[in-house]
Amino acid sequence: MAAKKLNIKDKYRLLTRDLDWDFSYEDPKKAFPYEEFEGIKITDWNKWEDPFRLTMDSYWKYQAEKEKKLYAILDAFSQNNGHLNVVDPRYVNAVKIFLTGVSPLEYQAYQGFAHVGRQFSGVGARVACQMQSLDELRHVQTQIHAMSHYNKFFDGFQEFSHMHDRVWYLSVPRSFFTDARSAGPFEFMIAIGFSFEYVLTNLLFVPFMSGAAHNGDMATVTFGFSAQSDEARHMTLGLEVIKFLLEQHEDNVPIVQKWIDKWFWRGTRLLTIVAMMMDYMLPNKVMSWKEAWEVYFEEAGGALFKDLARYGITMPKYADVIEKEKEHISHQAWWTFYTHGHAAGFHTWIPSDQELDWLSEKYPDTFDKYYRPMWELAKEQEAKGERFYTSGLPQLCQTCQIPMLFTEMDNPNQNSMRDTVFDGERYHFCSDGCCDIFKDEPEKYVQAWLPVHQIFQGNCGGPDVGDILSDYYRMNVGVDNMDIKDSPDEQRWNKWKGVA
Amino acid sequence: MPVFALKPGYQGERMDRVENFGGNQIVYFGWDEHRMFCAAKAFPLPPSMPFSAVMEQIIPEAFGQHPEFSQINWDSVEWMLNNEPFKPQLDVSLEAQGVDHKSLIRFKTPGLTGYNGLGV
Repeated sequence: MAAKKLNIKDKYRLLTRDLDWDFSYEDPKKAFPYEEFEGIKITDWNKWEDPFRLTMDSYWKYQAEKEKKLYAILDAFSQNNGHLNVVDPRYVNAVKIFLTGVSPLEYQAYQGFAHVGRQFSGVGARVACQMQSLDELRHVQTQIHAMSHYNKFFDGFQEFSHMHDRVWYLSVPRSFFTDARSAGPFEFMIAIGFSFEYVLTNLLFVPFMSGAAHNGDMATVTFGFSAQSDEARHMTLGLEVIKFLLEQHEDNVPIVQKWIDKWFWRGTRLLTIVAMMMDYMLPNKVMSWKEAWEVYFEEAGGALFKDLARYGITMPKYADVIEKEKEHISHQAWWTFYTHGHAAGFHTWIPSDQELDWLSEKYPDTFDKYYRPMWELAKEQEAKGERFYTSGLPQLCQTCQIPMLFTEMDNPNQNSMRDTVFDGERYHFCSDGCCDIFKDEPEKYVQAWLPVHQIFQGNCGGPDVGDILSDYYRMNVGVDNMDIKDSPDEQRWNKWKGVA
Repeated sequence: MPVFALKPGYQGERMDRVENFGGNQIVYFGWDEHRMFCAAKAFPLPPSMPFSAVMEQIIPEAFGQHPEFSQINWDSVEWMLNNEPFKPQLDVSLEAQGVDHKSLIRFKTPGLTGYNGLGV
């Protein structure tokens, strides 16, 4: 008799749940050694609702079709010199940040999900995490391919992976992910699966992809669209994880709440760079960071937390501070990069008068009062032939590793600084949020690899900053860094466009 | 709360212990309400360095780019060391006046409120 063709549901059951087995002569705790140390209690893994319902064969089939289309478009982009269609060479610097700061996180996400995809004893969660790990691996590949075209025509793309591991500002995204990956599997899922993928990812992807579309970057738009259906699945997984943990045992609630508090704070600190990109680096603006925050966090996130209230979950700690900071952080971050433009792997610039007016309009309560004067000063210095590059190296936050650039929300002229002593050594923080995270697990954060301190310990070559940039970071000094004005990027662009 | 760890007694390696800095210690300097400098600045300094050398070498290196720097009246400057009021003694070493590893020294300049009086 011919074998009956299985329907999708049966196939899924046979290829996932049915492949699992019970441990009869081995101790399951030894098979899944990471499952209990965080204190999370799982009473019944069968209550897990698989969010993807994908089998491996359907996954391959579907993704292969998608990627065939993606690569056809990327080929066409390349053959038609698609880079000439971006609105302005300034835009490409946002893509440089994406490749050096975000794409390597996709690789870290692949590693993280592959790890937890082995460590859960529930087969449904294992399969879902394995699928997501494959997605992440595909994303890093498609992003590298999409952006490789820009590498042929613009500076600053050539050493993205090496830079991610070493450059001072890239330690921010890198350490964010290594923090999550070195946590237990449930914390990783709350950190990346829920906080980042479910709540914050829209603030990363939507602005970048809309920004790309508004600024003529079809390569980035294409991989963004290709990743979108995967992102939708990741969001479903993030939501399933949190509901599952909260429904399994009431003892899980305070643990999950603590992780939500921690990872929302860490996530919003990380997104400072996206805020800066939206407000300052896109020649054609999409929306302001403040508007994006209101739509994607305050409205969407607010509704979500209302929904989670029935489990006893409350809004993340310091959400009130974040609400005020949305008026400030993009300006503070771009000023930091502008003044450290000699040490950045991309170009910086003073916003045009038109852009300054746009910022005044979008930030009526803060821009003219606190931030426009900085650009007036920068213009004055530049006119004198003294384009301002700050001397020395900044103090960094022990937790988020961002220079201590944030200010007090009750006095935005004053930098916000916190410290605590642990085991006889003083540690410094940009905020109460970052200080709390350290105090909760100081044994972990004392091992932060702070780029400024590493330079002073002699671990990054030097001693001159120029040598560190060229030898340790592998930046092409005088080419990748400095102001966009008179940069090789700008000179080539003008030649292509026939501008004198 | 102790760290969540697989085994009891977990302790990560302290990366920034003073012994790792080749005889120096880290000192941070910040000029309050002068946002031209995005953050306080870090310097590796010998603990035996007298404060006079800090005033001659480090402070101008850190903050001399500010248009108000030359107008500072150092006699009226208010200093803080690790959140406590501080009176630097010029001929005394950092170590002997309580400036230890990863100390933060902040100063306020009464009357100088930043570029155009706007905290920049």
